[in-house]
Amino acid sequence: MNMKPVDAVIIGLGWTGAIMAKELTDAGLSVVVLERGPARDTSPDFEYPRIVDELKHAVRGDLWQPLARETVTVRHKPGDIAVPYRQYGSFILGTGTGGAGAHWNGQQWRASPNDLRLRSVYEERYGKKFIPADMTVQDYGISYEELEPHFDFFEKVAGVAGTAGNLRGALQAGGNPFEGARSNPFPQQAMAPILSSQLFANAARELGHQPFPVPAANSTGAYTNPYGVRMGPCNLCGFCEGFGCFMYSKASPQTTILPILRGRSNLELRHNAYVTRIVLDDSRQLATGVRYIDGDGREVEQPAAMVVVAAFQLNNVRLLLLSGIGTPYDPVTGKGTVGKNYAYQMVSSTTAFFGAKVQMNPFVGAGAAGQLAIDDFNADHFDHARHGFVGGAMVFAGATGGRPIVQMPLPPDAPRWGSGWKSAVRDHYAHSSSVATMGSVMAYRDRYLDLDPTYRDAHGLPLLRMTFDWHPNEYKMTAFTTARALDIVRAMRPERVTQHILQPGDSYDIRAYQSTHTTGGAIIGTNPSNSVLNRYSQCWDVPNVFVMGASSFPQNIGYNPTGLVAALTYFAAAKIRSTWLKSGGPLVQA
Amino acid sequence: MNTPSQRRMFLRGAAQIAMASALPAAVATSAATPPPARAPQYQPTYFTAAEWAFVNAAVDRLIPDDGNGPGGVAAGVPEFLDRQMELPYGHGAYWYMHGPFHPDAPATLGYQMRQTPRELYRLGIAIGERAAQATHGKPFAQLDAAARDAVLASMDRGQLAADGAQAAAFFALLLRNTREGYFADPQYGGNRDMGAWKAIGFPGARADFTDWIDQQGKRYPYGPVAISGGRG
Repeated sequence: MNMKPVDAVIIGLGWTGAIMAKELTDAGLSVVVLERGPARDTSPDFEYPRIVDELKHAVRGDLWQPLARETVTVRHKPGDIAVPYRQYGSFILGTGTGGAGAHWNGQQWRASPNDLRLRSVYEERYGKKFIPADMTVQDYGISYEELEPHFDFFEKVAGVAGTAGNLRGALQAGGNPFEGARSNPFPQQAMAPILSSQLFANAARELGHQPFPVPAANSTGAYTNPYGVRMGPCNLCGFCEGFGCFMYSKASPQTTILPILRGRSNLELRHNAYVTRIVLDDSRQLATGVRYIDGDGREVEQPAAMVVVAAFQLNNVRLLLLSGIGTPYDPVTGKGTVGKNYAYQMVSSTTAFFGAKVQMNPFVGAGAAGQLAIDDFNADHFDHARHGFVGGAMVFAGATGGRPIVQMPLPPDAPRWGSGWKSAVRDHYAHSSSVATMGSVMAYRDRYLDLDPTYRDAHGLPLLRMTFDWHPNEYKMTAFTTARALDIVRAMRPERVTQHILQPGDSYDIRAYQSTHTTGGAIIGTNPSNSVLNRYSQCWDVPNVFVMGASSFPQNIGYNPTGLVAALTYFAAAKIRSTWLKSGGPLVQA
Repeated sequence: MNTPSQRRMFLRGAAQIAMASALPAAVATSAATPPPARAPQYQPTYFTAAEWAFVNAAVDRLIPDDGNGPGGVAAGVPEFLDRQMELPYGHGAYWYMHGPFHPDAPATLGYQMRQTPRELYRLGIAIGERAAQATHGKPFAQLDAAARDAVLASMDRGQLAADGAQAAAFFALLLRNTREGYFADPQYGGNRDMGAWKAIGFPGARADFTDWIDQQGKRYPYGPVAISGGRG
């Protein structure tokens, strides 16, 4: 079945798809968005009380991508047999309207300026030998100053609540002193810290750190964004991650962008449309559209003059590989770029057990609002010379909720069942709090994505294969940053402290949730030999294909990625509108 | 119309009657051993009578009725488990279930067996029963608490010679699902009367703490609410 040609087809209706749909329809293009999952909106899909069901949403994951139909395979190193990620654990994949942006927590960070030119920063400050030979990190080739207006705008779109730390170069009390200079304060005031954050902040200040509110895309007031879309104040319901927000408080495509796209005559949203490939012409340098399977199982061809790949990071990479765009990365020769530089995050948690004297009410919480962080040990905010590793971690505290199936903090030596388990649950559920580190993971020559030779999805297409394990650099990073978290937790004076931290030699364990911040595989760079995309997220090989999302990060950062993902998307959209729609062709000469 | 507290008293009374009448003769216990707690009245759909006895006797040890919050059986966890077996979850609809299967892959790469949840329960219960017969010459449900604990612990540690890995996988799933049933919204058959939520002070589906943002450190005073609107 062939559809009428359109100016642009967008694959995926998460954050980046929604932003591009807005920008391209504003520019007058006819746009079709193909979303593989179902249509979902605040009402009726996220309505109270049905939505606040921990088993359905945070355990079974009814809003997540059904792994039964499509998953990834994982192995620790080249040469091993990869096996499927059969059950949810390490990371969570979105589907449907809003994608993972419908059920995220809402921690909306900017990247640190030095994250964007990481290789240059380390080589300039610590010498060329500091970065290990197998660490394939590189610069974005985009400056923080270029992205700043887009970070700023997306904060306004999402109604981010926070406290400025660096306003046009002037440090501000109460904010993050390490952040890049911002042109404007956050559009909304930070929420007052909840108790677990207060205890963290008091201890952190005692140790000379500068705690500040986690930038929260959880609205703290009645707010109208630049598009005229309204949000309401967060009530700290404790059901953010895994759930859609019933309060119109958590920023998502549904609550910030999609309402104004409704009724646009040059936009069509098609759900349950599973794109199987981007179609190229004989030159293989021009995409002519996409092929997809619709909700009735029919194969449909949608011709388009440009293709925006706006699915989740892993799916973006898989779609490029399935479509034969670019050259697949070869870890032996180091040649090829598609699938290169897959990276992740390394997290730890340090838990304070206070006993009955501290009443925590852990169920009072939000994905980001009310939380506090320190940024002293992240990015290149401290001298790495004597530590011998690259990167760092944001250290944060607060509570996203006290949902008792999953969010039950017990000491590792507590019995796992029986009367001892019941006692531990009673002793600790309402009397503990955790300080977490979100650590960057660098890119390495032998960590990458390609197509699995064996396992297939529900349509018979190869699954994506992930080859990933930790490297020594990250064990050092987590040891250092988690030790700082431990200092803070000890200063909170609990009865007992326990830690979850990876030790050298521990393998990547896909069974436990760690972070959905998977990155790389279709990275941005300065030339076609080191990257899939140029600085405008445009494919070097097929210049009418643009790829949005964390797949473009050359290596990972110690922050939640959504702020940077959206800023890169707005940056690309601005260039597409100002230049590409007029001139076409490559926006950067190879 | 009953008030919530009247309804609760009625339910509690019904539960006691059911517990007294539903004890099958097969669950003969020695005078020294208190009988395992029994679930009231619910008739299992998936589990056979023998499997149902195992599930009740196992849940009774995973979350015992020890006076510190409700026991797992009284909370309805066995009913939750039986109902889950009949749902898409039990049939493996939430898991990627295509082969080839590599059960010997590193444990860190997650579950790699071919069994759906309901198949793993059937397999794992049979393994547990064989272990009970081999060590004590009796069905699992007829063992005293200490003996049941020993069988469960050997399954947990994968120490059963022939089927260690399968026993461990079953035990891990049973434990995970038992906690789910204990703490999930009561609509799924467990957490009866929201007893598990009351025991820890979780207010369930209230999900509105606007007035508690600046009252940190005080004990939250309201009892739980279920998604159905029922109050605990």
